Amino acid sequence: MSILLNNISKNYGTFSALNNINLEIPAGELVALLGPSGCGKTTLLRIIAGLEYADEGRVILNGVDETDQHVSRRGIGFVFQHYALFRHMTVFDNVAFGLRVKHKRDRPSETIIKQKVHDLLNLVQLDWLHNRHPDQLSGGQRQRIALARALAVEPSVLLLDEPFGALDASVRKDLRIWLRNLHSQLHVTSIFVTHDQEEAMEVASQVVVLNKGIIEQQGSPSDIYDHPANAFVSKFIGQTNVFHVDSPSRLWLESTGLRPAMETQIAHVRPHDIEITKAVNESGASAIIEDWQHLGALIRIVLSNNLPHNETNTLVYAEMSNESFKQLELRKGDKVDVRIRQVHWFH
Amino acid sequence: MSQSRIMPGFRPALGFTLFYLGLVVLIPLSTLIFKSLQLGWQDYVNIITHNRVLAAFRVSFVTALVAAAIASFFGFIIAWVFTRYSFTGKKLMDALIDLPFALPTAVAGIVLATIFQPSGILGKFLIDSFNLRIAYTPSGIVVALIFISIPFVVRTVEPVLQEFDSRMEEAASSLGATRLQVFTKIIFPNIFPALLTGFALAFARGVGEYGSVIFIAGNIPYISEIVPLLIVTKLEQYEYAGATAIALTMLVISFALLLFINLLQMWIRKRSGQL
Repeated sequence: MSILLNNISKNYGTFSALNNINLEIPAGELVALLGPSGCGKTTLLRIIAGLEYADEGRVILNGVDETDQHVSRRGIGFVFQHYALFRHMTVFDNVAFGLRVKHKRDRPSETIIKQKVHDLLNLVQLDWLHNRHPDQLSGGQRQRIALARALAVEPSVLLLDEPFGALDASVRKDLRIWLRNLHSQLHVTSIFVTHDQEEAMEVASQVVVLNKGIIEQQGSPSDIYDHPANAFVSKFIGQTNVFHVDSPSRLWLESTGLRPAMETQIAHVRPHDIEITKAVNESGASAIIEDWQHLGALIRIVLSNNLPHNETNTLVYAEMSNESFKQLELRKGDKVDVRIRQVHWFH
Repeated sequence: MSQSRIMPGFRPALGFTLFYLGLVVLIPLSTLIFKSLQLGWQDYVNIITHNRVLAAFRVSFVTALVAAAIASFFGFIIAWVFTRYSFTGKKLMDALIDLPFALPTAVAGIVLATIFQPSGILGKFLIDSFNLRIAYTPSGIVVALIFISIPFVVRTVEPVLQEFDSRMEEAASSLGATRLQVFTKIIFPNIFPALLTGFALAFARGVGEYGSVIFIAGNIPYISEIVPLLIVTKLEQYEYAGATAIALTMLVISFALLLFINLLQMWIRKRSGQL
């Protein structure tokens, strides 16, 4: 089912949480709403769900205007950051809830409900816990039960609010892959909210970057990474070195042979776009190695500028593979030549 | 007990608890038992099966149960309004709820008797329009007990309602539940243990209440005479043994009822995995 948001605005008093949001999500996608905290991403998700109402604009689900429809009649599944499992019910009863509250004429028989709940619990690989209460489960298990509960009513849209936010790092990693696999099995249109760009890039097929109540960019993860629409997106998605053209750091750029284009103010350079080679000529070398850190497969190198005016010094981060770093046999204080492979210029 | 505990101070804490229980609760109560032992079994049975005594027991327990049930219903609604809505004058109303705690109960009894007596403002209206007499009947006792016990319900239910995770309601709504289903299947089961505690407190307070009731009840033997009054009457006639026999019986019944409510609560919690 496709989702179409038309000019959505929402204010809390004088604070504008969402400002004229237009968004189209085709059926079957797994979309990440990505942004820093307070950017309005959760509010937008809750407006799609019907848990909150927009001040202006329309919410159109699968061609039907659902703007004024109550959450219970929108046919959505919602998964909360802190699970919101019914603590007075067993896992089985939690998952069966959505089926049991159906109106008599739509409600399946208890045998069908039983079959369906066990199927769902098998899908999330937790059928052996069906008799437990939520308090007896781990965080990761609770989140999977919450997902099974939301899927029980066969929602046409699945909405997840920071689904991995309350979990510890290793569980989060497992669940991300698991969610991606589950989506490729079910193909239900899904939106999840996250502030973690890595999570968005890893799980989603489409990423929508939000900031201060407006959409900065929408696209596939590689689109957004390789062609950031503006400085905010470039900085938010992954590490980047920022050079302001009207500050001393421009000397850094010029020393590597780059000239800012007309009317551009800011240059962003990703650490892995900085290539380091041993200095051919010590006095003409552009940078000095200040420090380096081992990040696993990558080495992060901290560079300072090898210019006569020391007050203009800015630290720049470069990354290279472990392997190439070893081959270069670099030490702290070595002078190096720097080449920048790619720069993103922004106004 | 020899293994070390994570929480320090178990022995002194338990010792203090037992000391306190002994000094304040058990010693006075055992005196009660000791005193009534001066009676023979037959005398004891004769006293408590006297018709007037049995009638008083019925009046006391029935009015306390009815009042606790009504107080639980209205107390729940008041707590609900206080936690769910914000409106002007809420702080003032919040303070008013506690007034019965502070007011001498005799004052409450006199005020209630004044407005509910046949010539009083409310009493006249009720008699004229519904032919309903409140003052000087068991209904009067119920009215007084509701007034006294409503804060117990409000103050026990309120914090639980406040802590209730409203995301559970949202989750239920998103799964297609109607407002009524959300209330009956999600909110109420989570609040019920607290409501039961409020009920038990209201009931216990109601059974023991004396000051407010004697002014509004009329104290007609066999009809609106409560057990505490009967005890006081016996004391005034120097029938100490008789008074303690009735007191002891009342104590045993109250304790049994409260224990039953506690067990019921434990059973509910266990069943819903909250233990």
